[in-house]
Amino acid sequence: MNFDFSDEQKQMRDAARKFLTEKCPPKAVREVLDGKAPYDKELWKGLAEMGFLGVAIPEQFGGAGAGHLELCVIAEEMGRANAPVPFSSTVYLAAEALLLAGSDAQKQKWLPKIASGEAIGTLALFEGKGNPSPKAIKLQASGGTLNGVKKPVPDGAIADFAIVAARTGSTGRDSDISLFLVDLKAGGIEAKPLTSIDPTRGQAELTFTKAKAEPLGAAGEGWSILTQVLDRAAVLLAFEQVGGSDRALEMGRDYALDRIAFGRPIGSFQAVKHMLADMYVSATLARSNCYYGAWALSTNASELPEAAAAARISATQAFQHCSKNNIQVHGGMGFTWEFDCHMYYRRANATALTLGSLSYWEDQLIDRMRKKNAA
Amino acid sequence: MNFDDTPQEAAFRTEAKAWIQANAPKQYEEELRKSSLGRTVLKGANILEVAKAWQKKKADAGWACLHWPKEYGGRGASPIERVIWQQEEGPFGKLSGMFIIGHGMCGPTMMAYAGEEQKRKYLPPLASGEKIWCQLFSEPAGGSDVAGLRTRAEKKGDDWIINGQKIWTSGAHYSDYGILLTRTDPNVPKHKGLTMFFLDMKSPGVEVRPIKQASGQSDFNEVYFTDVKIPDSQRLGAVNDGWNVSLTTLMNERMSIGAGVSTGFPELFEFCNSLMLEDGPAIEDRSVRSRLANYAVKASGLRYTSMRAISALSKGERPGPENSIGKLVAGSMVQEVAMYALDLQGAAGVLSGPEDAEVAGKFQAMLLRAPGTRVEGGTDEIMRNIIAERVLGLPGDIRVDKDVPFNQIPTKGRT
Repeated sequence: MNFDFSDEQKQMRDAARKFLTEKCPPKAVREVLDGKAPYDKELWKGLAEMGFLGVAIPEQFGGAGAGHLELCVIAEEMGRANAPVPFSSTVYLAAEALLLAGSDAQKQKWLPKIASGEAIGTLALFEGKGNPSPKAIKLQASGGTLNGVKKPVPDGAIADFAIVAARTGSTGRDSDISLFLVDLKAGGIEAKPLTSIDPTRGQAELTFTKAKAEPLGAAGEGWSILTQVLDRAAVLLAFEQVGGSDRALEMGRDYALDRIAFGRPIGSFQAVKHMLADMYVSATLARSNCYYGAWALSTNASELPEAAAAARISATQAFQHCSKNNIQVHGGMGFTWEFDCHMYYRRANATALTLGSLSYWEDQLIDRMRKKNAA
Repeated sequence: MNFDDTPQEAAFRTEAKAWIQANAPKQYEEELRKSSLGRTVLKGANILEVAKAWQKKKADAGWACLHWPKEYGGRGASPIERVIWQQEEGPFGKLSGMFIIGHGMCGPTMMAYAGEEQKRKYLPPLASGEKIWCQLFSEPAGGSDVAGLRTRAEKKGDDWIINGQKIWTSGAHYSDYGILLTRTDPNVPKHKGLTMFFLDMKSPGVEVRPIKQASGQSDFNEVYFTDVKIPDSQRLGAVNDGWNVSLTTLMNERMSIGAGVSTGFPELFEFCNSLMLEDGPAIEDRSVRSRLANYAVKASGLRYTSMRAISALSKGERPGPENSIGKLVAGSMVQEVAMYALDLQGAAGVLSGPEDAEVAGKFQAMLLRAPGTRVEGGTDEIMRNIIAERVLGLPGDIRVDKDVPFNQIPTKGRT
């Protein structure tokens, strides 16, 4: 058994960490947080040059052709750095959907642009409140055009193209849903940036009015493809969440060692020590669930649906737990704008909702475990 | 990243599997599989006898104490081979409960500190389960604070005379030998005046009194020493160096990873899958699903954490303090799981008789045993201290008695 990343994969993680420490300090994250830019363009360019955007994209489509384990280690570092770039929407959602269901022409057109940083992509799934569900999709597709509204769409205001889930039937079955690929720079689309709890990754409302769209994957296969895309993105995003958990834990630990109160470092008080120990526990359980998810993702194992849900739940809980208690360890300083704690707290709680809420994934996990049990 | 054995590991696994298949006491397999924390019952059989017979069979064929040297009754196997054995032994491993302390702690301490002749005399029967050992450390005045113990050992000629009391001694009532930590010098700070011995539990002056636990069972004992004589040749390590000797013992605890800790989750999942509530199957209920999912990811998180540790082990790395996580998480989880399983049963959850209670009272037994697992071998709080101090590098707790001679440490309340 070798339930660990290889030395080469660890080297890649080190390289990514070094790069992000240098190019994505908290100061850079704040530029986006403060609304001075919609995302960090320099960092995006740098990530492309490092080959990180196309790490799991095959060489024939302009990527590095490394694989998904490699993408997992990069994702962890993106989360650690709280990188203010549309990485998750472009790489985990759009690129994965293209890889799974795109035609050769679609792949040839968009994947090289993703790898080179020229195109930002996203997935337009939600229509207001609620979790992923075929019933919630009202946006209509007919005659090669789309009509309807999607929100929230992650990075929707800066994206060049979107994979859009639309209704193409009225049988009441999952097969009513199909996916479309839409060039957002063409006509018929209005993008409105929305205010969110985490401005370092934007949200938008996209209104489609007779917008031209090309099918992605077979008609009626949309929901089945989406489920796979969400599972794959769940594992990748979970690695980001684990990276963020670790960083929040580290910040709390460092502060507890540094800050003196009542004549001793606050980290010597058992109440604080135990809080940090519990953060370590949740981050470790999440990491282990993520490793299993990474294995399932990289081998395309039949265990992927269950592993993805477990990684997603565990990592969501860990990031929320670590980021909120990091603020608690910091005391009054923790909830000031000046300290970085709130950036991780924002990201943790925004990420917890992006692919469907925690309770949605809990429900999914039990469903999948039951199916496996019955099989 | 993979779950595959190396060719050597695979060969070892095949051999172990075949031997277990041919030799294990299969008639008890089903009952062992169903047994959970607080409830190992073999109908119509004496579990001590069954366990001893299985251990002896393993020892005769070279499958006992795999990581011990051959001359002391082991196999000289690698740590990863030991893990593979535990995986393959499966439910039959539950029969090893009464040997864990002897094999995990007493044996390694004897190996490190006893004379060669003693090792050859005492270790093989310990490995084969013919002799059972216990560990006499904790006292009423020294539980988590082990070094606060008061049992005295005084030198008289070539012997030591022991007086005092131990408590929480697992298995003392069926043990043949024990390792014993005593105070030999009360005039120095507490860690510096301790000495370790081993002794025959049948020695005159040793009195074992089982403690009835909250669960109604008696796994632990009080042990009283009245003028018990131990020859100096049974001293382990130097006089007053007992603290360091005991650390060797405790460090060996960490090597016992891989067997998997009991979380109660598989039992709960199975229960919810079959339980009917008023409104329909429990598993269809949203709140049940949410609770189950939360326990599921803790259980899988622990499982894969242990696999990561096994991977490190197979690369030759030694397990570190991060492995404290297993006991910490599983301990409180098993308690929560038991409480939740009873909650789902409503008013009838209060019943524990095997005829009247759901699944023969499995969760009721778990509930009453669970508090103990959060305390034995180090409380949740001690586990958190270990993680905070040794993994995260936070400062140690302030120990006001560290440099105070033991006989000047206040013993009660405010001073």
